[in-house]
Amino acid sequence: MNISDQVVARLAGVDKRYGRLVALDQAALQLRRGELLALLGPNGAGKTTAISLLLGLIRADAGTVELFGRDPRQIQARRRIGVMLQHAELPATLRVGELLRLTASYYPAPRKPADCAELAGVGDLLRRPYAKLSGGQQRRVQFALALCGNPELLFLDEPTVGMDIETRQRLWAAIRQLLTEGCSVLLTTHYLEEAEALADRVCVMAHGRVIHEGTVDALRARVAFKRIRCISSVDAGVVGGWPSVSDAEQRQGHLHVTTAEAEAVVRRLLDADPQLSELEVQRAGLAEAFTELTREADQASPASQREVA
Amino acid sequence: METVVSIPLPRTGAPMSRRRVFGAYLAEMRCECLRYLRAPGFILPMTLFSTVFYLMFGVLLNHGEASRYLLASYGAFGIMGPGLFGFGVSLAIERDGGLLTLKRALPMPPGAYLLGKMVMAMIAATIVMVLLLLIGVLLAHVVLSWGQMLALLLSAAFGVLPFCALGMFVGTLLKGQGAPGLLNLVYLPMAFLSGLWLPLSMLPGALQRIAPIWPSYHLNQLTQAAVGLNDGPLLGHVLVLIGFAVGFLLLAARRLRRNG
Repeated sequence: MNISDQVVARLAGVDKRYGRLVALDQAALQLRRGELLALLGPNGAGKTTAISLLLGLIRADAGTVELFGRDPRQIQARRRIGVMLQHAELPATLRVGELLRLTASYYPAPRKPADCAELAGVGDLLRRPYAKLSGGQQRRVQFALALCGNPELLFLDEPTVGMDIETRQRLWAAIRQLLTEGCSVLLTTHYLEEAEALADRVCVMAHGRVIHEGTVDALRARVAFKRIRCISSVDAGVVGGWPSVSDAEQRQGHLHVTTAEAEAVVRRLLDADPQLSELEVQRAGLAEAFTELTREADQASPASQREVA
Repeated sequence: METVVSIPLPRTGAPMSRRRVFGAYLAEMRCECLRYLRAPGFILPMTLFSTVFYLMFGVLLNHGEASRYLLASYGAFGIMGPGLFGFGVSLAIERDGGLLTLKRALPMPPGAYLLGKMVMAMIAATIVMVLLLLIGVLLAHVVLSWGQMLALLLSAAFGVLPFCALGMFVGTLLKGQGAPGLLNLVYLPMAFLSGLWLPLSMLPGALQRIAPIWPSYHLNQLTQAAVGLNDGPLLGHVLVLIGFAVGFLLLAARRLRRNG
């Protein structure tokens, strides 16, 4: 099978400006069949614009925008997607079951309303009016609406905002199940642990450009730092002076050290303090990698562009 | 070549049968009607305005031919409401709340959203007219033939359409809760200036002469004809109303396409 057949959504060389504001500048990304791509980036990086283009809500100034090889503004392309937007006030007086049936009616071969309610964890809410639900329940209903068309590609824009931990875990489980069924997911999120838990690949945006695209591990590897945590009597100020240690401090009874050479520093720590205990060494998380990447992009970007982005 | 055997997903976008597309339009209409029929705060002001006025001025204060005249003019007034408010307010709120954006992203058949609102407005306008007819016939003892009643109901169901288009246009001008205020600024002066509250002959000459620029003036000519108080030709009024409807629909559609 041709690789291009596996691409379900694509941006290539896309420019989009709103007046003088540059929202996207030669943006490019690809989403393949069956994978979850997390779109990350600070506010104003162009994530919403990228999604709006792929949903056919706006038109690009230049470049290619494709959904299943078609223009997303064609309804045939959108019949294969499910959508959960960040903000959507659904009709307050309609019941959950009615909303599901209405949304399912737009699709050629929808899932049974009861099935998607079950998958989204709203099976017990079908007869309740939407306005009577809590914020977290409303988000789950919106998720149920996103998957009721039996989509091949799911757009989830900040899906777990306002959800408690347990609900979030259930939603993650549902997303994983959809992925095993071969559904692709484009996820935008502010929770990096969410991307870490779900994503095959992450795509980091800043100033309207895609500054990194790759696996979660590849993104983490961009940041060489590791974190050491232990209980030790060695003075943090002394450790801070050691070669290749970028930061050391004493916090809540623990010594925290950030370094690129964890092995050497640990050896020296153990030599200096045989009583050292509770030693932990961690690779930098996605959060550090992300912060590092976007800071680089900020420095690389000229001031004028930073203002408009 | 990818060596990975393709995931068991042979779907290449199943075609949508004509029956399912039709079903989607029906589902949208049904939901649009249900959601507003369940919202008395939205429906009652639209229906009560004209019926209460008619009760006061057409039943308590007037009798005989005046009641007949007022049935037609408050009828026109009552028809305007569901068009202007049903369309304008809901569109302004739904643009603000993101519902319209979601519907545009979903594969909702084109126009189903507007068609749903249109049907809702036609039903609401017909309900208003039924209430006015009941008051007129039972309380004010206005004598009407079946044909005249039918003509009034038809002018309600179709006469609401130009006001739907005008409401839709206003709904694209602003978002959220500002719409009712602006719509009242359109609704009430326009009703007054077209002679729906006081007969045109009681207004200053200048206002009488410009009355034909308001669509409500033409609607009033149709409802007056329906109750037998206007023998003039009607085709011109119908054409003007169609023109208003198409004009504002095009303006609003253009604004919606550009600004969402």
